[in-house]
Amino acid sequence: MTEQQALYKYCLRLGDNALIQSYRLSEWCSNAPILEEDLALTNFALDMTGRAQALLSYAGKLDGNNKTDDDLAYKRGERDFYNLLITEQPNGGFAHTIARLLYTSTFEYFFYTELLHSADATLAAIAAKTIKEIKYHKAHATDWVLRLGDGTEESHYRMQQGIDSLWMFTGEMFETGEADALLRDKNIAVDLGAVKSKWQASIAAVLAEATLALPKDEYMQTGSLQGVHTEYLGHILTEMQYLQRAYPEAIW
Amino acid sequence: MVKQLHTKKDILNILSVIRDPEIPVVTIEEMGMLRDVLVKDNVVEVILTPTYTGCPAMGIIEHDIKMMLDIAGIADAKVTLVYDPAWTTDWMSDVAKEKLKNYGIAPPLHSSCNHEVFSTNIIECPHCQSKNTAMISRFGSTACKSLFQCNDCKEPFEYFKCH
Repeated sequence: MTEQQALYKYCLRLGDNALIQSYRLSEWCSNAPILEEDLALTNFALDMTGRAQALLSYAGKLDGNNKTDDDLAYKRGERDFYNLLITEQPNGGFAHTIARLLYTSTFEYFFYTELLHSADATLAAIAAKTIKEIKYHKAHATDWVLRLGDGTEESHYRMQQGIDSLWMFTGEMFETGEADALLRDKNIAVDLGAVKSKWQASIAAVLAEATLALPKDEYMQTGSLQGVHTEYLGHILTEMQYLQRAYPEAIW
Repeated sequence: MVKQLHTKKDILNILSVIRDPEIPVVTIEEMGMLRDVLVKDNVVEVILTPTYTGCPAMGIIEHDIKMMLDIAGIADAKVTLVYDPAWTTDWMSDVAKEKLKNYGIAPPLHSSCNHEVFSTNIIECPHCQSKNTAMISRFGSTACKSLFQCNDCKEPFEYFKCH
């Protein structure tokens, strides 16, 4: 693996995380419990689409085959997507979606704060742009976890369920592969070990304040770093890529 | 026939009238989105920086730039999006902030307020200048704004978030 191939895969992983999460959050449009929440979740989805656009455009340039962000989003097969499994899981109830947002936005907050210091100027610039938006995502998720966890018996129960059922997907966030090792040596990639300890401390503090129990580390799901996904990604791509597959090269 | 040459100043002049499609009272220059114009071998490249990563107005602005230049006889202009340095509301001119206020949108505070807890900032009502206002929703009609209400004149208003 060359440095360029490693960087390409690194950008795909970050771009895919944003793209697939954005897709899931968009499904809340017109379905959220209150109007303000509809605005919030779709705002996040928009931020993430923008982030995906920046990262996939950059990946397309690195690839050297004149691929655009759209080519990478619409013409790649499931096994060539590297998004974390947690991002493709169905939304479930509102508390379930909020649990996922707490896990991912807390991760992204610490991740992109580190990426600001990347030796790769483009990644550092994208991080500077996106970190301002992630702060809002994290603050919003934290507010809701506190409100629902420390709310009624029913909201507490639902919040705990969301926290528990998604826990097994959180181990993957800190997995590293060949690309990470190569890019770490060049000070391009983020040290996920450092991110992990900050993430754990932050999640533990929020759950404690929300009177929720921190799940125990048991079996953790894995696979996305190799492009192995849960059944849900295939369904997402079927819908997302339909137009480009049915009418190749169709443009707006 | 000698081809007409355009200088950077000419081009900036042409582009200075382009408005933000979401907030039509301010131009992209006043917003600080228009970063530079490069003229090399008679090829024009406009350097633009996005406000928010997912701002859907970017596509329209890019189209407007190409159209304005095309009308002025400059064909095949290139529009390049740059992310570094990241756009901040601090680049918004005072004129732009005043225009926002007159339009009914509370202008952004200094970007350093982004580091604090968001709800503790005091936002002045653009209608009656009261400081007695409350946030209704952190998110609004566009990615860059949140929703507020004035407790004195009771009018709802939008606040351009500092970024």
